[in-house]
Amino acid sequence: MEFLENKYFLLALTFGVFLSAKILQKRTGVAVLNPILVSICVIICFLTFTGVDYDTYNEGGQYIDFWLKPAIVALGVPLYQQLESIRKQFVPILVSGFAGCVAGIVSVVGIAEFLGATKEVVLSLASKSVTTPIAMEVTAAIGGIPSLSAAVVVCTGIFGGMAGFRMMKISRVKSPIAQGLSMGTAAHAVGTSAAMDVGYRYGAFSSLGLIVNGLLTALLTPFILDLIGYQV
Amino acid sequence: MILQLAVLLGFLAAGELVVWATGIPVQSSIIGMILLAVSLKIKLVRLEWIDRIADFLVKNLGFFFVPAGVGVMKCFGLISEQWMPIVVASVLSTFVIIAVTGWAHQLTRHALSSSHKKHGHGISGE
Repeated sequence: MEFLENKYFLLALTFGVFLSAKILQKRTGVAVLNPILVSICVIICFLTFTGVDYDTYNEGGQYIDFWLKPAIVALGVPLYQQLESIRKQFVPILVSGFAGCVAGIVSVVGIAEFLGATKEVVLSLASKSVTTPIAMEVTAAIGGIPSLSAAVVVCTGIFGGMAGFRMMKISRVKSPIAQGLSMGTAAHAVGTSAAMDVGYRYGAFSSLGLIVNGLLTALLTPFILDLIGYQV
Repeated sequence: MILQLAVLLGFLAAGELVVWATGIPVQSSIIGMILLAVSLKIKLVRLEWIDRIADFLVKNLGFFFVPAGVGVMKCFGLISEQWMPIVVASVLSTFVIIAVTGWAHQLTRHALSSSHKKHGHGISGE
């Protein structure tokens, strides 16, 4: 059984599972079979079943984690390709990013508190819409539980990526730029990857939403929580 | 590919350097992304030095979140105790963000373009 703890095996497993999940979605065309979601569930089942713990898994997984940061840097390319339209829309982008950031933090904190979540859980949810590394740092800074944030962030991203465009239809967010921006603001890089599937332009504005919300959340979360009377 | 990786990781390293030197509370990767976009714009870096690796990473962005997502099993206890507020708050808040961000953008853009148009007409009328 010790072989199951081999990091190269676990790494190969992760690639294999994701590849199969991708093929599965292509074949069936069912949106709920999101490859990220399916892979996470399959790997968790595998680990639970075989008794391999998360830290052991992550000895392989960290090599995939490592590429998160370079992948975010790579979003600079679609961003560059849209610089012209960004410059033209600078004010609307900033205004909508700010509105989305404040609305997101206030709504998630308010609802979780209302439904009786404990304080450390509420604090861990505040940064749920920004990309994992930022969310974990914000959470650590305000006294939440960083690993819970990481989990919620990934789930929010997957959910936003799957349901985001449907939500825009319901709320009548129509322009491609507004759609891209709200995707990146609400569902960070996972939403951006869903937006990329729709079109490069959507993806570029989604990266922009991700950046603006990432920056604003990192800078403003403590102040917003303070303003709505949530003592950090 | 070596050139592509060197450029990409170079920008990440530059982001790390900025964070280290200034201590600003922003991710090095976000700074690296902004620096990369600016460098492409001012032609410090050519698109063909970075396009292939960037294309690969951007197209497969979701994959890199899988191990972090598997980390959800570390807080199963907490989540099973408070799953209801966590799920409801995250789902509703996602909807709120999408509606608010989208509408804020559509409204601001509309307001700006209509005032711009009026202004433009005024000038051409003179």
